[in-house]
Amino acid sequence: MDQNNIDEVIEQLEVGEFERTPVPSSKLKGWKSFLGMYAGEHAAGTEFMIGPLFLAAGASLKDLAVGLLLGNILAILTWRYLVAPIAVSSKLTLYYQLEKIAGKHLVKVYNVVNGVLFCFLAGAMITVSASAVGIPFNINFTVPENIFGLSTPAFSTIVIIVGLVMTVVAAAGYNTVSKFANIAAPWMIVVFAACGLSALTQMEVTSWDSLVAEWNKGIGVVQSINGKQDFGFWKIVIFSWLCNAAMHFGMADLTIMRFAKDSRAGWGPSIGMFLGHYMAWICASFMLAAQIKLTGDISANPGALAWSAVGWTGIICVIVAGWTTANPTIYRAGLAFQSLFPSNSKTYSGVILAGLVATAAGIFPALSGKLLDFVGLYGTILGPMGGVIFVNHYLAKKMNFIQNYADEKRTGFNLAVLLAWVIPVALGLFFIFEKGVFAAYAVIPCWIASSALYVIIMKFQKS
Amino acid sequence: MKLLKIISGIAIGVLILLVSILSFLGTIDTANVNIFMLIGTILWFVTTPFWMKEE
Repeated sequence: MDQNNIDEVIEQLEVGEFERTPVPSSKLKGWKSFLGMYAGEHAAGTEFMIGPLFLAAGASLKDLAVGLLLGNILAILTWRYLVAPIAVSSKLTLYYQLEKIAGKHLVKVYNVVNGVLFCFLAGAMITVSASAVGIPFNINFTVPENIFGLSTPAFSTIVIIVGLVMTVVAAAGYNTVSKFANIAAPWMIVVFAACGLSALTQMEVTSWDSLVAEWNKGIGVVQSINGKQDFGFWKIVIFSWLCNAAMHFGMADLTIMRFAKDSRAGWGPSIGMFLGHYMAWICASFMLAAQIKLTGDISANPGALAWSAVGWTGIICVIVAGWTTANPTIYRAGLAFQSLFPSNSKTYSGVILAGLVATAAGIFPALSGKLLDFVGLYGTILGPMGGVIFVNHYLAKKMNFIQNYADEKRTGFNLAVLLAWVIPVALGLFFIFEKGVFAAYAVIPCWIASSALYVIIMKFQKS
Repeated sequence: MKLLKIISGIAIGVLILLVSILSFLGTIDTANVNIFMLIGTILWFVTTPFWMKEE
């Protein structure tokens, strides 16, 4: 190996790592780099699924257009004023920051919970990709009433094949798919826009009023079959604000933003959010409205919707979108599961386990149909840990309790963090599952409760 | 590389986006739109890896 190669390897290791040290100032990036880094981040396979669900849930078009605008702005502000200042100040990954506060054993618990949730997300992506793979074979994606009900045997077989292929690729060729995802991102965003335009053409829309009329007809058809549902303005705002709550309120993006020179990096997600969680969602919802007008079919089958809109390009887009989202998700879940295996086990064991769990989840199509609830649940469970980090960063010294408790006390398990995390989340889950509260509504109360509880327990512990 | 970038730009800017706008305006029929988009998709994936890899 010559010196150039050695330098290259060292550089790669340094840029990719800094997992247990603050990022050095020579490796920091300007805020504009984060605009590009996040541009393709939020235009993914999930958008094909989430967009149509707004129409299916009865959201009015005006509420959707304004509600998503407001929700996305709130999400960007949360990244800018909550995540970025802490990331720039500490320059540590979420996991190392948490380890310093909660201890390495509790971080393992958090990792496994995170991994399980990632598996369900990846499962939904496998279902999305399988819906497109089935189209050329005339195999339809039907969603059973029961959440753990199966679709047709043929569709389940496609899900298993797609899931296993994705698992093997994530275990063996993660980097290749990751590079492919970068290449595909601009193309996917343009195809999303084309799908929306094609849907408008199919609906023969000529003005805003005619679009609203077609949209309302679509809702009417859905509600005549599924019964009346309501997805009002504030529900849309809260959902679009908090669907990435694990990343901003939960501080997962500390890992990305620790490379920032200053807090302006918090504006980084703005372009990506408006492309993925505004344009792509609205375009995807237009596809369902067009399908209802053309065929009367109300099923939000991403493969069929994209096929109807732009033909083979749509099929390829759904497969690529699902695959490029599932790949890192399975890989991250695998890393989280790896801690469950003995240290001498193969490095891909965790990824294989994660892929198998995700494939099993993908077999139940009703799970992907519940994505609006799932992403809220995801934020409710993982978000509160961000509250603990917030308190540790801003309030520990001011309120005279120990900052980075586990690190200072050399303990592997900070009970205060466990209680501050589990008690609010348990209450949140009770309200979601027993009282039927919309999952995204629980995110902020749980985050505030966790923050407050951590302060109280730490003060009590000190006294 | 510059030529490849231009081809990539034409692939998604013209063959996918512009064509779908023209279809919305009623200038091109749907069957042709889908063919143009597929050509655009193929061109994008054939040309982009070369210049994106360089960058």
